[in-house]
Amino acid sequence: MDETTNIFRKRKSVSMRGEQLVFWAFRASTYIVLLCGAAVFLTIFFKGAGTVFKTEAPFINTTFFTEAPETLYVFEYQGEEMEMGDKAFRAFKEMHPDAAKVRTSTFAYSAGGIWPAIAGTLLLVVGSMTIALVLGVSAAVYLSEYAKDGAFIRFVRLAILNLAGVPSIVFGLFGFGMFVSFFGWNVSLLAGWFTLAFMVLPVVITASEESLQAVPQGFREGSLALGATQWQTIRKNVMPYALPGILTSSILGIARVAGETAPIMFTAAYVVRDKLPWEDLMNATDFFFQGVMALPYHIYVVSSKIPQNEYTERVQYGTAFVFLLLVASIAATSIVLRNHLRNRYKW
Amino acid sequence: MVTTEIPMDTRSKSSVTSNPKSVQSSGPKAGGAVGQTLIDIDHVDFFYGENQALFDINMKIEEKKVTALIGPSGCGKSTLLRCLNRMNDLIDGTQIKQGTITVRGIDINSPEVDPIELRKRVGMVFQKSNPFPKSIYENITYGLRLQGVNNKSRLDEVVEKSLRGAALWDEVKDRLDTSGLGLSGGQQQRLCIARAIAVEPEVILMDEPCSALDPVSTSKVEELIHELKSQFTIIIVTHNMQQAARVSDRTAFFYMGKLIEYDDTQTIFMKPNHDQTEAYVSGRFG
Repeated sequence: MDETTNIFRKRKSVSMRGEQLVFWAFRASTYIVLLCGAAVFLTIFFKGAGTVFKTEAPFINTTFFTEAPETLYVFEYQGEEMEMGDKAFRAFKEMHPDAAKVRTSTFAYSAGGIWPAIAGTLLLVVGSMTIALVLGVSAAVYLSEYAKDGAFIRFVRLAILNLAGVPSIVFGLFGFGMFVSFFGWNVSLLAGWFTLAFMVLPVVITASEESLQAVPQGFREGSLALGATQWQTIRKNVMPYALPGILTSSILGIARVAGETAPIMFTAAYVVRDKLPWEDLMNATDFFFQGVMALPYHIYVVSSKIPQNEYTERVQYGTAFVFLLLVASIAATSIVLRNHLRNRYKW
Repeated sequence: MVTTEIPMDTRSKSSVTSNPKSVQSSGPKAGGAVGQTLIDIDHVDFFYGENQALFDINMKIEEKKVTALIGPSGCGKSTLLRCLNRMNDLIDGTQIKQGTITVRGIDINSPEVDPIELRKRVGMVFQKSNPFPKSIYENITYGLRLQGVNNKSRLDEVVEKSLRGAALWDEVKDRLDTSGLGLSGGQQQRLCIARAIAVEPEVILMDEPCSALDPVSTSKVEELIHELKSQFTIIIVTHNMQQAARVSDRTAFFYMGKLIEYDDTQTIFMKPNHDQTEAYVSGRFG
């Protein structure tokens, strides 16, 4: 077609060049984000995979998953470079008495595994999420279903929002002052649970309230018009439909609870503890008043509290890898559960 | 029967009608339950916070009849309807500042009245059909289960009876366990009616039940209203004047929060006493 007769032909203009520029700027930003994310995950994967997986059957480093951390001994014995953990080295010395005299280099926490940290993190997540969900969902039900809007309720909402902005280290200090010192719980699971629970409460409350608000008003009115009390209405005809949304919010909460180091470092975490939380308990209540190892704190300890070298790097990245795996699998379980519930109730 | 025993409201019923336009309904007809006064709305002023929504409403609603409330949007007809089962309690700042509403002689706003008990006897169907996202069966049995009825054969019986009552049984009997939301719009509204009649109320309030339905579904619901009249007292809010003329025995015309005219439906549509009523029913405003 002749250029002059096509009135819709593309013309070069300032706005068209601007359009192109903006498009590429947005596109590039997205790719940069993607690249950063990929760099983080791939580094952890490739560096951690060496610790977590093995080349021969069963292809998984079971020791790493089932043992407590040990000191690594590196030495030369009869011209051979040897690496072994604390326990193995002692057994080796008994078999070869002459080995007692060899010069060894030792690396803290670089042998053995991280099972107590995995168990500790799981316990921290389960306990604190239970507390946070019970408290948070109850508060959200009150705010969304019962409370009459007024100055006080607006103040409460503002306070909750502000709580969400408090840095996690401040929660750690609060937990230390409140639970560890004032209540005298010492460094314990219980103190960690409450500190972490308080940290995620704003997320849980806000998201639960939003999910409750998203349930159509017609369901409430329909139920009340049939002679239901308010609590019957909430229990039978509001909560079931809000649950998928509440679970979604708790997924976010889980990742935070599992990942934060600051709130637990004064309240619940031990640098190292060979005993598992359920071992050698005098009373059942002792379970709640003991400190535990935790994955994020373990990563912090092995990355900053001991001299760095190639041996400690293995355990750093190995722990980080397991940690990501754990959080991902907890989140995946919640997502499956959520989707299951969502399919049951659709409107 | 409502268990709370409250003496007849003793507040002197002033015979002076402060609003000259509001027309006193004709007295209860003699003989039989049909046509006797069931609900007595006596000089009611209703407020949303500071805004007055209803002005001195006086109305007697007769038993086992269909009463239509008509009027332009915002005239207060839905507000009045929601006063009758105290649904307005759910909205913050609502208040009846003056007057009483009695159902069978009991003041429903008395502190001794439990709104839950009231709502069991004064059921409601909403403008937007709101079946719960549960099975059809669970929708119908919802009200009964709340009352602690869990006997399977009793529930089955009620489900069939209610669905037959709502002219829905033949359409859904083979899929009672599928979601109520899988039904068409008209079927959903009839499901809501079935759900309301399952708890055997005396009164059914309908808030523009056909406003979102197509003409075929609308006529089905209207037929249903005709049939339900033999068992229930029905009060229906509608925007559709033909509908009011078709289904109701008595019609009340509201304008700006005031009851302008309340009379037999025929009278309202054929020879209304007020110019405003005539203008509205003939479509000249509203």
